[in-house]
Amino acid sequence: MNKKLKSYTTQTYIAYALIAPAALYIILIVAWPLLETIRLSFTNSSLAGEDYVGLENYQKMFSSKKFNGIVTRTFVWMFFSVSLKLIIGLIGAVLLNANLKGRSIFRVLVMPPWVVPIAIGMLGWLWLYNGYFGIIAGVGMRTGILDGPFGFLAYKQSAFISTIIADVWVGTPMVTVFFLAAMQGVPRDLYEAAYCDGASRWDRFFKITLPQITPVIITMSLLSAIWTFNSFEIIWILTEGGPRGSTTTLIIDTYKQALGNYKFGRGAARAVVVMILLMLFAGFYLALLARINKKISHE
Amino acid sequence: MIFILLPFVEMFYASLRPLDHLFRSPYQFYSDDLSFWAYREMWNTVPMLPRYIFNSFFLASVTSIITLLFVIPAAYSYARFKFPFKNSSLYILLAINMFSGAVLLIPLYKVLRTFGLLNTYQAMIVPGVAFLIPTAIWLLKSYFEKIPIDLEEAAFVDGASRVQILRHIIAPLSTPGLVVVGIYAFIGSYAQQFLFAITFNQKKEYMPIPSGLYEFIGYTTVKWNEMMAASLVGIAPVLIIFLFLQKYIVAGLTSGAVKN
Repeated sequence: MNKKLKSYTTQTYIAYALIAPAALYIILIVAWPLLETIRLSFTNSSLAGEDYVGLENYQKMFSSKKFNGIVTRTFVWMFFSVSLKLIIGLIGAVLLNANLKGRSIFRVLVMPPWVVPIAIGMLGWLWLYNGYFGIIAGVGMRTGILDGPFGFLAYKQSAFISTIIADVWVGTPMVTVFFLAAMQGVPRDLYEAAYCDGASRWDRFFKITLPQITPVIITMSLLSAIWTFNSFEIIWILTEGGPRGSTTTLIIDTYKQALGNYKFGRGAARAVVVMILLMLFAGFYLALLARINKKISHE
Repeated sequence: MIFILLPFVEMFYASLRPLDHLFRSPYQFYSDDLSFWAYREMWNTVPMLPRYIFNSFFLASVTSIITLLFVIPAAYSYARFKFPFKNSSLYILLAINMFSGAVLLIPLYKVLRTFGLLNTYQAMIVPGVAFLIPTAIWLLKSYFEKIPIDLEEAAFVDGASRVQILRHIIAPLSTPGLVVVGIYAFIGSYAQQFLFAITFNQKKEYMPIPSGLYEFIGYTTVKWNEMMAASLVGIAPVLIIFLFLQKYIVAGLTSGAVKN
């Protein structure tokens, strides 16, 4: 009735008028800076001023061995972190979905790392990783695995692994919660039918649960990949990208170039690479979401 | 489970132990004189701590209020009207969520510097709001959609104006949704107080808890028991809010992102 009383065009005007403030804000604070970053990447902008330098930043960046190493490292870091989050998240969701005593308490208890400010959580991890007095080194020394103090963040490989573990700690709860929500959405009668047919627990998991929640698993892997790729605070607080660059990912490198050295042009060129990669991820994600939605509406 | 909770337990345990027990190698599992001493002493060691706590709350409150002001009309419009580019703009909003603030830092830094806004509260609030708007719109939209449109139409037929409908029907019915979105924004902005805070603000009197404590780790021998105590104080508010409202928040977030 509403629609009959008001013409379509006035409705559209009202709709746009209501959205306008939010839209303008986003254009000003997100869209414009994105374009400006692209422009800056073709300059040698710094605190002193800027000149157009064409593709120089990009040429330097892509011919530098260090930068190529950073890109590879970013993807290795991402791969391990995302796979661990998905595996632990899946196991966690299965356990939380099972009919166990006190599961509602556990469902709440898995969430703190997700809600707590990441930066503060990382201060805790700094202490855990402390080579002399931290509990991990302590347990290691007591059990004889370590034969002396060991600074987990002081060596290349152990720092790399340590930052991954901390990142998994931050990211797993969210993955678990989403998987759990998906599992609870699986129709009950499917299980009951399978139970009557004498399907085992494993069968029920692999033939019902897993296929049913596959769309969520795929979306979560992509989302998780995007967030992991963007992860800044965790590495910055734990190692600032060190020791000797062994935990420097693309985001960290961008930040260091731009705001550590105030080489805005070079930083912008890196930011553009980050942007392009993110757009690829986002494109995948949105295409996937559109397909899943279509499927749902067809059913 | 152990993996998730151990850091918190150890943070709490460490905060209760005297410093000389902590600084013993190899690690001592047992201390006999546990006390809340560090919770008193930390105010002396980190003299600006009350200020950091105030800043954190202040920044989070202002950021979430501004976010709500932008989001309420937009979400209402998405929930009630049909218009060109509706779906594509909603997807663009989702895509914005995927951009890390780190990509935008350079131009934002330059702009804030030109306007003399570096080292102010605004420098942390303005970019913070932008990154909360997208999810907040999605969340609130789904709440508005649950309000039956018949109610509005009935009021319309009875001769109520748009403003009256908004005041007497939409506002009361959407209060729970507004509360959840407001809390989402509060927790969100409380949690994001690091990147923008360390980049755009060097002044101690404006620092929120995370960057304030982080700075402390840099230049002194860290008194870890007090550091952990202060960290837990910083964590406590969000944790408490979250524990009370986790049901609603989780339901809202998962439905928005998984099923749309």
